[in-house]
Amino acid sequence: MSIDPQILRRRANDIRRRNLAMIHEAGGGHTGGDLSAADILAALYLGGVLNVNPEDPRAPDRDRFFMSKGHCSGLLYTTLASTGFFPEDELATFMQPLSRLNGHPNVHVPGVEANTGALGHGLPVATGAALAAKMDGAPWRAFVLTGDGELQEGSNWEAAMAASQYRLDNLILIVDRNRIQMVDRTERIVGLEPLADKWRAFGWSVHEIDGHDHAQILDTFAALPFEEGRPNCVIAHTTKGKGVSFIEDRAGWHHRVPTEKELTAALEELEEAVE
Amino acid sequence: MSTLFDCRIAFAAALEDIARQDPRIVALCNDSVSSTKLSHFAEAFPDRLFNVGIAEQNMVGMAAGLANGGKIPFVAAAACFLTARALEQIKADLAYTGSNVKLCGVSTGLAYGPLGGTHHAIEDIAWLRAIADMTVIVPADPVETEQAVRAAAAFVGPVYLRLSRMGVPVVHDADYRFEIGKAARLRDGTDVTLVACGTLVPRALAAAKLLEADGVQARVLNIATVKPIDRQAIVEAAVETGAIVTAEEHTVYGGFGSAVAEVVATTHPVSTRILGVPGVFAPTGSSEFLFEHFGLTPRSIRRAALELVRGGGAP
Repeated sequence: MSIDPQILRRRANDIRRRNLAMIHEAGGGHTGGDLSAADILAALYLGGVLNVNPEDPRAPDRDRFFMSKGHCSGLLYTTLASTGFFPEDELATFMQPLSRLNGHPNVHVPGVEANTGALGHGLPVATGAALAAKMDGAPWRAFVLTGDGELQEGSNWEAAMAASQYRLDNLILIVDRNRIQMVDRTERIVGLEPLADKWRAFGWSVHEIDGHDHAQILDTFAALPFEEGRPNCVIAHTTKGKGVSFIEDRAGWHHRVPTEKELTAALEELEEAVE
Repeated sequence: MSTLFDCRIAFAAALEDIARQDPRIVALCNDSVSSTKLSHFAEAFPDRLFNVGIAEQNMVGMAAGLANGGKIPFVAAAACFLTARALEQIKADLAYTGSNVKLCGVSTGLAYGPLGGTHHAIEDIAWLRAIADMTVIVPADPVETEQAVRAAAAFVGPVYLRLSRMGVPVVHDADYRFEIGKAARLRDGTDVTLVACGTLVPRALAAAKLLEADGVQARVLNIATVKPIDRQAIVEAAVETGAIVTAEEHTVYGGFGSAVAEVVATTHPVSTRILGVPGVFAPTGSSEFLFEHFGLTPRSIRRAALELVRGGGAP
């Protein structure tokens, strides 16, 4: 393991703090989902999971990461900047006129692989990328992070069948299972459970983890591929708004922007948490 | 009666030839190996053709991913399903992302005849040309199809090729050179210009012959690249002939005629007629029947031209 989980935990909370400040400055963003997936993205980029090089973001044999839950662009940008893909100062331009840091990711930002934001797009694209690597016998892998509510999009299940058919064990789906979509809990809208069984039934190898346990996240990715010839599904059980008590597990914080006072309180909480 | 050709054959042969030279070329289809004429490609390159099943959204998304991984995917499927079902993937995963993917819609327009409105693709030009960074090509014959496939492969970026399944005569000489964005003047004339794409090109040429008997010299333009359209050829036609008739196997709303009219109206406005499918779903009938039904015939093109030239009704 290339990084101490405790250090990773600290880095993840640094990302959370920068992210919240950025959303506050921009007056927009997706607070709940950003915080929910921060530990996963920190592990991927700063925990040495992804084979990517900020100096050469288009290297042919890089691992691909597709941010299918594109509304969490704020988290992706903050993580990419923390990894060195572009200067952290640029985060101040998030959603400002003519900034390349659009409200949803686009390929003009170094490190971004696809323009996402419409849900249910990342998994099909990652499936095609994984197939390209297999065709070439190349070592790189395709990672994709989806929300959980996003799995209501049928295109995911088209890709689920295809990935299994093509035995893409170099494809890694991570589901940010925070159980809340924009307005309410997933299970109260169109329920996803039994989610792990669904993926298994589609031929995937499934691991369920605590999406905020850094050691477990790193161990899980270190065990890839889970089974030869099967695509990998990591259901990361998370808490929407993780890390800030008054944001956690509340649908109302899907895209609410913290006020000055809330931001100060949130930053303090996150700072205390890592001490 | 001249010999009729199925442009899908020229498409498949060209693709196979390019694939032989360029290992990046791959093909995807939605259980449509036979209707896209890719059976032989499948035999020649069994590891490079992916029949992803009846799942167009995933098919186009996967093509974007394959392009991300360095491949040049050709996605071939019935145009009605390819464009309508996967429109958001075309917009976001291909055009917006800038993926180097070629879409090949086959059996376009009214080609499916009596199979009805679900199978007709008469909105695809409007949908795809409205998307930024999409290139839209509607070849008229096998000569142009063959070259358009090669041009699409050489072009970096998303391209939509619209390929009919109806038999069409050869309208281009063997030395014709297709170029993306360049119209072909198939006949000179000074009284009116007949502008067509795809299956309407031979019909426009036939109309020009009829008009000759009327004493009207009609120019005929084949504008295969609907986007980016050859503005210069259109402006010249407006300036030099003073009247324009467009014809397409597509709805008149937002399609080929609209693209031509946008140029005419904003540069050198002249009297223009747009022939195509009016805003209705087609009744039951063979494609030939439907062409007659909607006036996509040399006679109707002639009548429209005469109305413009003579300022009144046809004789």
